[in-house]
Amino acid sequence: MKRFISVIIVFIALAFIYAPIVFLFIYSFTPEKVMGIWGGFSLEAYGNLFSVKVLREMIVNTVVLAVLAAALSTVLGTLGAIGIYYNKKWLGKFTKSASQIPVINAEIVTAISLMLVFAFISMGRSYGALLIGHIVLCTPFVVLSVLPKLKQLDPSLYEAALDLGATPAYALFKVVIPEILPGIFAGFMLAITLSLDDFMVTTYTRPSGFDTISTYVYAAIKKPRNAYLVELRALSSLIFIILVAVVCFMNFKSSSKIKKEQIIRKKKI
Amino acid sequence: MTSEKTKKRLFSFSRKQLCIPYAVFLILFVIFPLLLIIYYAFTAKDGSFTFSNFVWFFTNPTPIKNLFSSMLMGLIITALCLFIGYPVAYVLSRLKSHRRTILLLLFIMPMWINFVLRAMAMKELLSFVGIFGKHDYLSVVIGMVYDYLPFMILPLYTTLIKMDKSLEEAAADLGASKAKVFTSVTLPLSAAGIASGITMVFLPSMTCYVISKTYSNGKIAIIGDLIELWFGSGGNWHYGSVIALVLLVIMFLCTLLTGGFSGQGNARETVL
Repeated sequence: MKRFISVIIVFIALAFIYAPIVFLFIYSFTPEKVMGIWGGFSLEAYGNLFSVKVLREMIVNTVVLAVLAAALSTVLGTLGAIGIYYNKKWLGKFTKSASQIPVINAEIVTAISLMLVFAFISMGRSYGALLIGHIVLCTPFVVLSVLPKLKQLDPSLYEAALDLGATPAYALFKVVIPEILPGIFAGFMLAITLSLDDFMVTTYTRPSGFDTISTYVYAAIKKPRNAYLVELRALSSLIFIILVAVVCFMNFKSSSKIKKEQIIRKKKI
Repeated sequence: MTSEKTKKRLFSFSRKQLCIPYAVFLILFVIFPLLLIIYYAFTAKDGSFTFSNFVWFFTNPTPIKNLFSSMLMGLIITALCLFIGYPVAYVLSRLKSHRRTILLLLFIMPMWINFVLRAMAMKELLSFVGIFGKHDYLSVVIGMVYDYLPFMILPLYTTLIKMDKSLEEAAADLGASKAKVFTSVTLPLSAAGIASGITMVFLPSMTCYVISKTYSNGKIAIIGDLIELWFGSGGNWHYGSVIALVLLVIMFLCTLLTGGFSGQGNARETVL
């Protein structure tokens, strides 16, 4: 009975989460704009994603911005995390607390505060402003993913490297960075997803005429009449297919790793 | 010996200074922007000091009404997410490990689809079912719960999975009924997850106007809409800043209540 209820709960929740995605997937293969009307099978929408200029541009814009913002945030955040971890004085504490502000603040407040600053330094709405805005959003999460790895790090490793004659910079790159690399990588991935997902900061800092997926889709749902609705269905289906492929691949990799380990263990026994 | 000492001083010097670039960046683009909001909230258009923006906010019925209806919206969404998310997180945390990883991935994956695209998906489904356009409030509530539910499930799941199960067993062995075990052991021990889930859902659901605007054809306005209005063309940044300041105070109170400054159990972190 208990098991039955558990299955029902998980099933209903999954149905709720996946119904819109599946529905969108099905109706991305027909040219009809109105959902629920089947106008014959066609892959036109998928082709249009890459051949229609506006659509291609907003996809490329989103991806380029995400990679740039994530790369810069990862450098800034990794250095910041190392500094925060080893600096127990006010500077470290200050950086750590200030870094939490964009995490807990309402995104719209972060967005308009940035807009005010860029107006103040007369940078206005520009690509630079947009990029800085995304770095503000992403870096705290890089710090949050690197800090736990620093805590796990054996402090004597770094000191040993110095005692053996390494310069601090050399020891940092050869001892500390390799050890915290999984955290840095996780931070980078997290930064990419955050940047891809952002709507508010992009809206208030982007140059005019510049669209990311978020701002483009928002405008499309507000005025659906002359929007590329079917193409957007295709886009979200495509993103989901890529996600499933990546997750399957990672799972396959980790499960084959586990299997290998099991085989090795059995051999040892 | 002396050279070693200088070397040691040098290394402690350099490592600790590594947070300087980030600290400067935070001052320029996080602290200073917030100070600008405060500056705008307390000044008039000619730059002179004034309380009139606050007088406008607290004596006009529109912004106050909007603030309360947004808070109500936030409460409804948060409560629904908690009531749906807790059982799901609980069931997930009690599964066998290989099944758990797959199911957890199934719950996490939609979070990686762009949130506006997800909003579009639910909106199209709602208009197909016939709810969209007829029941505005219901549409907005369903849309928001749909978008924010994963942010509630994940922190709850992380605290529930980390919880020491032997405490529940001990309570049961000592004669507590199943309901009693849940209310006096499981629930209090998952308080941290509940708190971070609430902070992840409450503030966004009362400020992010993407769903409320598109799901109600602009008929339901939350506090985010007011900010958008006053910072849009022909707006008044001073009025807008007062609203932003009010939201900052609410955020501060939320973090005080939930102890959010620790950043523990954050949903975004749990994703990876």
